[in-house]
Amino acid sequence: MSRKEKVLMSGNHALAEAAIRAGCRFYFGYPITPQNEVAEYMAEHMPKAGGVFIQAESEIASISMVLGAAVTGARAMTSSSSPGISLKQEGISFLAGQELPAVIVNMVRGGPGLGNIAGCQADYFQATRGGGHGDYRTIVLAPSSVQELVDLMVLAFDLADKYRNPVVILGDGLIGQMREPVILPEPVTNLPEKEWALRGAKGRKSRFSRSLILDVRAMEEHNWKLQRKYQEIERNEVRYEEFMIEDAQLVVVAFGSSARIAKGAIKRVRKEGLKVGLFRPITLWPFPFSRLKELAEQIKEFLVFELNAGQMVEDVRLALGDKAEVFFYGRPGGVIPTPLEVAKTITNRYYQRIKGRRG
Amino acid sequence: MKKVYSRPKYLKEKKFHYCPGCGHSIVHKLLMELVEELGIADRTIGVAPAGCAVLAYDYMDVDMVESAHGRGPAVATGIKRSLPEAVVFSYQGDGDLAAIGTAESIHSATRGEKILIIFINNGIYGMTGGQMAPTTIEGMKATTAPLGRSPEREGHPLDLTYLLSEIPGTVYAERVTVNSPKAIRRAKKALEIALRCQLDNEPGLAIIEVLSMCPTNWKMNPLEACKWIDEVMSKKFPLGVLCDRRKKIKKRAVAGNVD
Repeated sequence: MSRKEKVLMSGNHALAEAAIRAGCRFYFGYPITPQNEVAEYMAEHMPKAGGVFIQAESEIASISMVLGAAVTGARAMTSSSSPGISLKQEGISFLAGQELPAVIVNMVRGGPGLGNIAGCQADYFQATRGGGHGDYRTIVLAPSSVQELVDLMVLAFDLADKYRNPVVILGDGLIGQMREPVILPEPVTNLPEKEWALRGAKGRKSRFSRSLILDVRAMEEHNWKLQRKYQEIERNEVRYEEFMIEDAQLVVVAFGSSARIAKGAIKRVRKEGLKVGLFRPITLWPFPFSRLKELAEQIKEFLVFELNAGQMVEDVRLALGDKAEVFFYGRPGGVIPTPLEVAKTITNRYYQRIKGRRG
Repeated sequence: MKKVYSRPKYLKEKKFHYCPGCGHSIVHKLLMELVEELGIADRTIGVAPAGCAVLAYDYMDVDMVESAHGRGPAVATGIKRSLPEAVVFSYQGDGDLAAIGTAESIHSATRGEKILIIFINNGIYGMTGGQMAPTTIEGMKATTAPLGRSPEREGHPLDLTYLLSEIPGTVYAERVTVNSPKAIRRAKKALEIALRCQLDNEPGLAIIEVLSMCPTNWKMNPLEACKWIDEVMSKKFPLGVLCDRRKKIKKRAVAGNVD
């Protein structure tokens, strides 16, 4: 495959290939729709790359295997979908507490409970608030195309190593199943050694990795240490995309698949002369609070569109405070509205708040 | 004068937090003696459990990682697959291995993971204060089985080591105890055989179950606890080799050595 050649791949296959190219050599998973193609791709291709694929007995076991491989300094990942990600929260909390790097892909499906297997964004709260027990955060990246999914996989492994922290890719059934042309990254070679890794106490003192700290003052300091790291991540790693925002009087805020639908809707309403733009957080944590606050200096109308009953909208309201009006349009349960439906909602809101039809 | 006994080199100079008469400290010592004798300290990686031995890394001077309750064999799997040359052990209690971690234990065996599970069976949850364990035997009292375990009420005890020994991916399984000098010597031999499985790249899991005293939660003095293992506990969980599927040095060390 030549350098810049485009290949047609599903999101699930593309992310798996991108992970291998990013130097991931350990994949541990458990079947769950709509992301089974990740494990299937890994089963075929990981051994060819000299890596390890294991279909574990459960999501709980697979995240624990990730922890085991990660503590040796290896790049390791797992993937699942909503109910499976709930099971992985134990291990994610341990990874965060022990400051171990790992990448976790969540191809979100409809919930709660077993829900369904359609694309959905109802795991925003779980992903951006840590997800498991304890005061911790995971970096959360939300791709809105297969190409971006590929690019964010590479970034995810780099950020995980840089901050020694689990990184979550929050996709959904749409992104995972969708086929698009992508340019794959060049394979990573010569990853630096991790000086904290457990590989046997050869020529050095033994070391251990733990999250148990019985002394409450030491545990408090460990928590503040984690928080200082999270503050550093908040300063350095906020990512977002702005689309047609310069002259916008109303800005749609959406992430991942819903942002993609919103983009289509915005192109439609622009043809009608409506001044509407899109603000798309790429990092859901750290959330782009500051930039939204800045935008509210000029723009007073925001419309949050999510494929859930209203989760990111809480962060948008936190960012905007009383500086701007926030309207929410949500479709929970796996319903994917068309750009036309979203365009209608945008148009209605626009006419209600900004300009009459004849104005 | 010739020195015949001392603290094992790889047991840190730290007082054990274990209760008087507990078996953990004996097993810690045996394990670290073997790490020294086999010359594997620089390639041994241990997995500490949630349970009384949660602080195992405070005592064992080898690389160690803590696992969530029950996940030891999965964590050990990740380590061993990443470092095939390492000697990897998961140190676990009965609740850890045979209740919350049943799936991880069984499937580390079905996959034939080349790791060692050290299973400390005292028939009770020690650290949390004496609740019923999967290995609590019939009639034995626990804080959550105050009338004594009755199969009709609390279900039957589980012999997980026996279950694991029936799985082809288990290469060696033996049950020992540490309630007398003789038993301790056999326990050390069993642990050595199990560690050597990894040195010899034997194709599967090794598990050593240790019937271990818990005087505190058994509400006995240490001597009574030692006696109780002989008279009651080992009748339910008989000592001995449960399976030996080693390919390489089979028959060299084991034969005729089982009490």
